[in-house]
This record gives sequence, structure tokens and C-alpha cells, in this order.
Amino acid sequence: MGSTSQTAKAGGGRLAALTTWIDDRFPMTRMWKEQVSEYYAPKNMNFWYFFGSLALFVMVLQIVTGIFLTMSYKPSAADAFGSVEYIMRDVEWGWLIRYMHSTGASAFFVVVYLHMFRALLYGSYQKPRELLWIVGMLIYFVLMGLAFFGYLLPWGNMSYWGAQVIVSLFGAVPVVGDSLMEWIRGDYYISDITLNRFFALHVIALPLVLVFLVIAHLIALHEVGSNNPDGVEIKKVKGPDGIPLDGIPFHPYYTVKDIVGVGVFLIIFSLVIFYAPTMGGLFLEAPNFEPADPLRTPEHIAPVWYFTPFYAILRAVPSKSMGALLMGVAVVLFVFLPWLDRGKVKSIRYRGPLFKFFLFSFALAFVVLGWLGLQPATPLFTNLARFFTVVYFAFFLLMPWYSSIDKTKPVPTRVTYHAH
Amino acid sequence: MRTKLLVLAAALAPAAAFAAGGGAHLDAANVDVTNQASLQRGAANFVNYCLGCHSAQYVRYNRMAADIGITEQQLIDNLMFTTDSPHQTMRIGINAEDAKRWFGVVPPDLSLIARSRGADYVYTFLRSFYADPAKASGWNNTVLPGTAMPHVLWEQQGIQEAVWAGEPNAAGDVRHEFKEFRIATPGTMSPEEYDAFVRDTVNFLVYIGEPAQLQRRALGVPVIAFLVFFTLLAYAMKKEYWKDVK
Repeated sequence: MGSTSQTAKAGGGRLAALTTWIDDRFPMTRMWKEQVSEYYAPKNMNFWYFFGSLALFVMVLQIVTGIFLTMSYKPSAADAFGSVEYIMRDVEWGWLIRYMHSTGASAFFVVVYLHMFRALLYGSYQKPRELLWIVGMLIYFVLMGLAFFGYLLPWGNMSYWGAQVIVSLFGAVPVVGDSLMEWIRGDYYISDITLNRFFALHVIALPLVLVFLVIAHLIALHEVGSNNPDGVEIKKVKGPDGIPLDGIPFHPYYTVKDIVGVGVFLIIFSLVIFYAPTMGGLFLEAPNFEPADPLRTPEHIAPVWYFTPFYAILRAVPSKSMGALLMGVAVVLFVFLPWLDRGKVKSIRYRGPLFKFFLFSFALAFVVLGWLGLQPATPLFTNLARFFTVVYFAFFLLMPWYSSIDKTKPVPTRVTYHAH
Repeated sequence: MRTKLLVLAAALAPAAAFAAGGGAHLDAANVDVTNQASLQRGAANFVNYCLGCHSAQYVRYNRMAADIGITEQQLIDNLMFTTDSPHQTMRIGINAEDAKRWFGVVPPDLSLIARSRGADYVYTFLRSFYADPAKASGWNNTVLPGTAMPHVLWEQQGIQEAVWAGEPNAAGDVRHEFKEFRIATPGTMSPEEYDAFVRDTVNFLVYIGEPAQLQRRALGVPVIAFLVFFTLLAYAMKKEYWKDVK
């Protein structure tokens, strides 16, 4: 109660009185302080730390544009394709909202992949941030679901056949495979019924789960504190006032910094929306400008770019069920990183050459597999995909070995920061 | 796989082949949607020669007129022959059942053809018809072999014959290695005039594929200019705050 009366004195006037009134009934000021103005973040967070707040920004963008799209979209096999064209042509600013949403989906994955890579670079998944990491991975899984369900909604031919291919992966499950596929589709093939339930999952079920998980992610983050490029726990060195010496209040320092990040992001985002909304077929694929046709497959079916690393792994395996299993494992393995990593240091800055080698080969493998997943499966490409699949798995499976024997450098007690 | 799909394509969807189908080389359409004169000529070509069989069911007449720079009266006088009103979309009277009986397929809607196939594909397709007595329609096409579509523009282009370079294969067919076209009977247009005619038409198809593209590119400049200004300001503010961080 001490803090509320102080606020009232400092501000005076009606606004302060209102604040006091609220604070007596809801911990508004306390929450603001704990989570924002007196949340101490390391002062040395660099470029890689923009992508968390950007992911939050893109999420809000997707929810807001999604709400507006829902006002004109019709989730039925007969009307879906036409209603998207109606949005693109007849709804005021509909084209802009639709391009923001379709580009936003890709942007979400761009920032989330960079955010995840940051965690790998600086060991952000290590103790005490294991739960933070796991919640983050759950967010990623929900995001994959959102992208998959959302991709069917325009009811283009690639939507249709892409959904067909991904649903058929569940057919690889032994014994119950076929029933499982039927259960997902709600029909014997991808139909109006499938479209309706995918719509429900895309616009309400998964967004709700996503928002809850994001809140949990932030609570966990603020409980343990942010990691930083040095991988030093700033809470270990506190001043007499109990504030970490290397910490600065999130607000205003990181709010003003993140606004710059949002500005740069929006410039790039706008360049895509206004000048390359299909991104040469990467964000919106040409066959998807034809309505779904169950009788005619597109010449070359590939998932959207953010799934292609895993798709390449799937195709690298001759047996479909083994491929599907390996693909699933490739996605889930991230969850176990906190226990696979036996390194004594967090940050890449103090890691030894072995970790650096494996991390950068993994990043390379991820990008190359992503590219291969977009290409037709020629013998050369399949062999390349097999090679990089091995590299991909080596990063995770050999980690207990190379991270423990690696020659690490001594970690400083304070963060490295040069005022500018 | 590709051959199988090609057969499937030829059988099911003649005017909607796969871009790579037939392995035909595609010529660059070089269209310019900001060229209103070209769009107006293309619109006239479209309603005269395409709209008989193909609809453009998402394209609204009056919006199209405004975008290509003609008045509603000009639209009604020159581009509308039916009893449609200017606020309706470009639908056709042809019955799907009849179309299927006459052509073997329903002619696809062309609203998005330039987006799904690409401008170069449509441009090359419309210039690659050749006389083929083996076909019921008398026409074939190197971009989409076996197409059900007859050469609607033969009076303009004239009658082309295909010259094949390949040796006869096992089935005695030479039509697997295309060399060039030869005009057997000249049309009312020279080859250059015909290319320009097709280019205008394709330009119009590119426009109707995404009518908002004209607005979109124009709006991008002020939006991005503002964002650059905003970001610079935000950066200055960040610098100011971070002065305190030692």
C-alpha cells in the first residue's frame, strides 16, 4: 500500500486518484513495476534480442488482421475461394489486410526461427531457463498448427493438396493410421467438413492456446530473468539496493530500443507487402490462385518454406512411416536441448571450437534442407538431403559428447558492455 | 511422373496446364500494368475474343473501368454487350454442361489465370497454336499439347504450322522436339502486330489477376517513407535514453 499512496502524492490530481482507486482493487501499478518498469534486463542484450518482442508484435498483428479477415471470409468449400477474392478486390483495404496476414505468417516464422537461434547461440535454454524453453517450444508447435490449419482456408489447389499430404502423414501411424486420418478430416477426404473444423481450430482454439502460452512464456522469463550474450547471470552481482549492477529497467531502456526494432521490421515487412506479396511464390504459391480441385494435383507439391526443412527430412527416408517418424523427432528434439547440453558455459562467446562447429553446421543444414524441401526430389537432391539430415541429427544426438569435452574459455563475472 | 501428370492435364484441364508441361520455352510477356492505353486495348480484346467462353467472375465491370481509365458510359458503350449492369462481375451465359459437351471441358475462369500460370505462360500459349488435322478442333498448341481450346485468334495470326526437328520415335511420331513455327496462311495482322495484340490482352489479364496492384505499388512509397522517418526518430530517442547506461 506504501507505493500506491506515494503515487497519489507524486501525481496529485484526478489521474493519480484514479490510479489509487484501481490499485486498491487490482495490482495495476505493482504489475507494471514488476513486469516492466522495475524488471531488470541485462544492459548488453544485442541484435539477437529484438526477435522476442518482434514475435509478440507479429502475434498481435496476426490476431488483429485475422479478426478483420474473419468478417468477410466464408468457411465453406463452395464459398471460401471466392470470399478470399472478394476480400482482395471488393472489401475496402481487404487486399492490404490479407497481404498483412499472409506475409505475417511467414514473418512470424522468420522472427521465431531467429529467436530460437539466439537461444542456441547464447545457451538461453540452459538451467534455470528449461521451462521457459519448453513453453517456447510449445508456442512453436502451436504456431506450426496455426500455419497448417490456416493454409487450408483460402481453399486453393495448393491448400488442398498440401493439407492432403500433411494429413496423410498421420496415416503412417501403425494400426490406427487410417482411422486417425479420418478423424482429423472428419470425412473420407479433405472436404467442406475438414475446412470448417480447420477454420474453428485456426481462428479460436489455437489462438487461445497461443495467447496463454505466450503469457506463461513471459511470466517464466520474468521469474528467471533474461539471459544475455555473455551468458552471465546478472542476479549474482547486485548493488546495495538489491538491483543487479548489470541490469537496467526494461522500461524505458528496452521499450525505446524495441521500438527501433519494430520500425526496421515494419520497413522490411512493408517492402514485401507492397512490392512482393507473393515473394516469388514463397509466401503465396501460384497454384493457390486456382480453386481446390480434388481431381487434379499441382505439378509439384511442396509445403510453405517454413516447413520445408522437415519436409526434406521426411523425403530423405525411403520408408514413409520411418520418414514421418524421423520428421517428428526432428521437430521434438529441440525440447530436450537443456538436458542434451552438458556444456559448462552458456554463451557461444566462451564455448569451444567443437560446439561452434556443430552449431554452425546445424544452422547450415537447416537452411539447405529448407531449400531442398522446395525442390523436386532428384537423386542428387535426395542424397544431399540425406547428408544434411545426418548433420541435423548429429547436432542434437552428439551434443552430450561434444559439449562436455569442449575446451571452453573462462566466463567473466560481469557482462561485456561498451557504452556508446 | 511428369508424363503421367501431363496426360492427366491434357485430359482434364486443357487451358490450365502446368507451366513446365510440354517443356515449352516461354517468351517474356514484358507487360506493363501502368500503361492504361495497353490495358484499354487489352480489355477490348478480352471482351471480344475471350469473354464468349471464359468468365472473369471476380472482376467487377465498373471497378475495372475506373482502373483502366475509362468512364462508365465508355464502358457501357464499348465493353459491355450483355444486359449486365456495370456493378456486376464478368460472368458469361454459357452453360457448364453445354461447354463440357462442346469442348470436352468447361473453359476455366480467367480472373486469376495470370497469377496461377504467369504472364509469360499465357503470352506464349496464345502465340503457340498450330494447325493439327489429327485434332477434332483442328488445332494444337506446343505450350499445352492436346489442348481443347481452338485457336480463337487464327484470323488475326493466320494459320501456323509447327516444324519439328526430332527424328521419328518408336511410334513414328516426330512431335517431341519442336523447332519453330511457320506461317502457312497469313492472317490480318503481321507477326509483330499480333504479338502486340496478345501482349495487351495478357497485360489486361495481369491487371484483373490483382486489381489492387496499381494502388498497392503507389501506396508503398509514402508508407515506407513514413516508416523510415519514424524509425530514425525512434533511433534518436533510443540514443538519448541510452546515454545514461554506462
